[in-house]
Amino acid sequence: MLLIPCPWCGERDEIEFSYGGEAGVPYPSDPAELSDEAWARFLFVRANPRGAFHERWVHTHGCRRWFDLTRDTVTHEIHVRER
Amino acid sequence: MRFTFASAELAARDGETLAAALVRNGVRGGFTSLYRGRPRGVYTAGEEEPNALVQIGSETMVRATLVEVTDGLVAEPVAGKGRLERRTTPTRFDAMNAHCDVLVVGGGASGRAAAARASGRVIWLDGRRSDPDLTLPRTWAVGIYDDNYVLAVERGRRVWRIRAQHVILATGAIERPTVFEDNDRPGVMLAGAASAYGHPEGVVAVSGGWSPRVHLWSQARGGLRWDDRIGAPVPSGDLRGVECVGSLTGEGLPDAAPFAIPDGDEEIMFVDLERDATVADVRRSVGAGLRSLEHIKRFTTIGTGSEQGKLANVLALRVAAELLGVHPGELGSTTFRPPYLPVSFALLAGRHRGELFDPVRVTPIHPWHVDRGAVFENVAQWKRPRYYPEENETMESAVLRECAAAREGVAMMDATTLGKIDVQGPDAVEFLNRIYTNAYDSLAVGMCRYGVMCKNDGMVFDDGVVMRVGEHRFVCTTTTGNAAAVLAWMEEWLQTEWPELRVRLTSVTEQWSTVAVVGPGARGHLAQLTEIALDSDAFPFMAIREGEVAGIPARVCRVSFSGELAFELNVDGRQALALWQAVYGAGPITPYGTETMHVLRAEKGYPIIGQDTDGTVTPHDLGLGWIVSKKKPDFVGKRSFARTDTARGDRRHLVGLLPAELVAEGAQIVARPGEHRMLGHVTSSYRSAALGRPFALALVQRGRERIGETVVAGGVAAEIVAPVLFDLEGARRDGVGV
Repeated sequence: MLLIPCPWCGERDEIEFSYGGEAGVPYPSDPAELSDEAWARFLFVRANPRGAFHERWVHTHGCRRWFDLTRDTVTHEIHVRER
Repeated sequence: MRFTFASAELAARDGETLAAALVRNGVRGGFTSLYRGRPRGVYTAGEEEPNALVQIGSETMVRATLVEVTDGLVAEPVAGKGRLERRTTPTRFDAMNAHCDVLVVGGGASGRAAAARASGRVIWLDGRRSDPDLTLPRTWAVGIYDDNYVLAVERGRRVWRIRAQHVILATGAIERPTVFEDNDRPGVMLAGAASAYGHPEGVVAVSGGWSPRVHLWSQARGGLRWDDRIGAPVPSGDLRGVECVGSLTGEGLPDAAPFAIPDGDEEIMFVDLERDATVADVRRSVGAGLRSLEHIKRFTTIGTGSEQGKLANVLALRVAAELLGVHPGELGSTTFRPPYLPVSFALLAGRHRGELFDPVRVTPIHPWHVDRGAVFENVAQWKRPRYYPEENETMESAVLRECAAAREGVAMMDATTLGKIDVQGPDAVEFLNRIYTNAYDSLAVGMCRYGVMCKNDGMVFDDGVVMRVGEHRFVCTTTTGNAAAVLAWMEEWLQTEWPELRVRLTSVTEQWSTVAVVGPGARGHLAQLTEIALDSDAFPFMAIREGEVAGIPARVCRVSFSGELAFELNVDGRQALALWQAVYGAGPITPYGTETMHVLRAEKGYPIIGQDTDGTVTPHDLGLGWIVSKKKPDFVGKRSFARTDTARGDRRHLVGLLPAELVAEGAQIVARPGEHRMLGHVTSSYRSAALGRPFALALVQRGRERIGETVVAGGVAAEIVAPVLFDLEGARRDGVGV
């Protein structure tokens, strides 16, 4: 079980958190302008790297705040955290 | 001390293990192998014991080497395969959480030295030792997970969940068996075990060298390398926060003797005693072309018994390398996974069994439902009355009676479990406009509106009623099971995409209770309890009125989930039972449960999100296109309605079905008997008092174009009709015509 550094509450067990997938995939500014392909990419296509991955978490059973961090998908080491 | 083994009464000494007592009593066999039925005896003095497995009370597959004899102990040998008791184990288990700076695993000399020099909060544990210096004597570390989360088991009764800054593994080494003909005979024993048991008569001591106990290191994803000197894998490389000391590193272990498979009958040279796997089995596996230990393991089942290859794996590696003529290091190693020792599910469950398995939520009115003899159903964590049987009533007759009361007289339901989210802030309208498919600018204070929300893919996620209780304040209801998910969904948008919106969300599900008063007699019934004007002009459909009901402050909404005239009374949860009793006491009224609620809403074609939908259904599929705004520039899900797949003409539509007899929910729908191509499935199915026949709702391909056609649902002929089956013109919601 990961030990996740919540930027607001400190290090807590993974069971307190929910996973939010890849970070940095903003909602398009004008979805109506996008082609079906571009919209489908936003909906369904996410990176799945071996190594450093920028991802979202929410402290569901704590402060309920969303934050980003970078986790190594091989070692599970968490490098960076951002509010 | 006396104990019984296989019906024989024997004597034991204080502190002796069952295995030690058996060996001292001259028991050389006593056990039988799983597949070949060969006689076996105690082989080790530790947790790697492959033969001496016993049943003690309700616990099975217990290693005799790990059980301390107590007076009167009764143990029966188990031939390699346990037997689960049908009854619940009476043993009580528990769990503890702990944090420490240093966790030392292993109570030998190097573990002791590591614990002595460690500073800060130190936990020092060992599975077999009872040394009082240990922080946790008789406690096995069975699993090590990410960020040094260690699961340990104290005396088989208590789980420790330990988070350690630093873990020092001092797990030592395991003596290896050797291969020769009949090496499984009773009396053959590892040299270390023979020594531990005091070199008893008639014991043949064998040793093939020593292998480090690398299991926890490997579980923590530590690397391994083959050490030629000791003839076994040793920990290799570094691991953040985990350190190996003592003979686990190979230090101090004796040089391995050269390894060779002797001549003779390989079918009786055993490599894995618990699995009855032999040198001949390994030869067959490499003959079949297998070259990696992982594959040889799967072919031969070596290492898959309850001792998980503690004895057999390194031996198998050496045998296979010898047969292939390669260096053992080339064959790789198997992956060690938790648990290091078998752990019972009852132990892991701890106190979370029976009533404590999952939290149970009940409404403030629950005691009344219990007194009344309601039959309950679980809806998420809530207990909801499903129906209220009268004497000798079946569910079917109770539901028909309750439905008739709601359609012809007056009935009441506890609707407290619906999720309620208080939405406040100057941008609340804009927020709701973006979350729901319809618009809220035009919703006046004191009115409510039905709303549907979708995910980005355009599929329906939840629905409910949005009440505008103030200029900048709304209460949104959600489905019972989705309340937490909807709040989390809204919160995610506010925090991550719309931080500029000045809106705050609070769950008020527990604070408010809701009592629905339903039926043509609802107005007359309620008029006895309140001065709120209830006629349709003063209190129109979808309006909200604040006032007192039975002297209790209430927010009353004219919403209907049955098509009948209905008032939903929202009050402070602490006064809900008093309100319920007052409503019930004001004249003849029938309480009804979720089953009746389902029938009433289905007769009107109102879908239940999560029952009639499954995450692949759009509002348009449900016939709710009218609730999808065409004016709003954007809202969650809007873009997806124009996707090719979402806009195609042959999607499944929600329709009504009139089957010849009651059909099962989930039943497959095909065009004609004998046809296999699925057109859709039944999502809801009931008997209807109002229609005098069974009916169903279904998702059917191009369903709205097929109205009037007959299809086959679960083998039963059924006519496709519009989903609204009762009161098509919607006249009853104002109580008109009664």
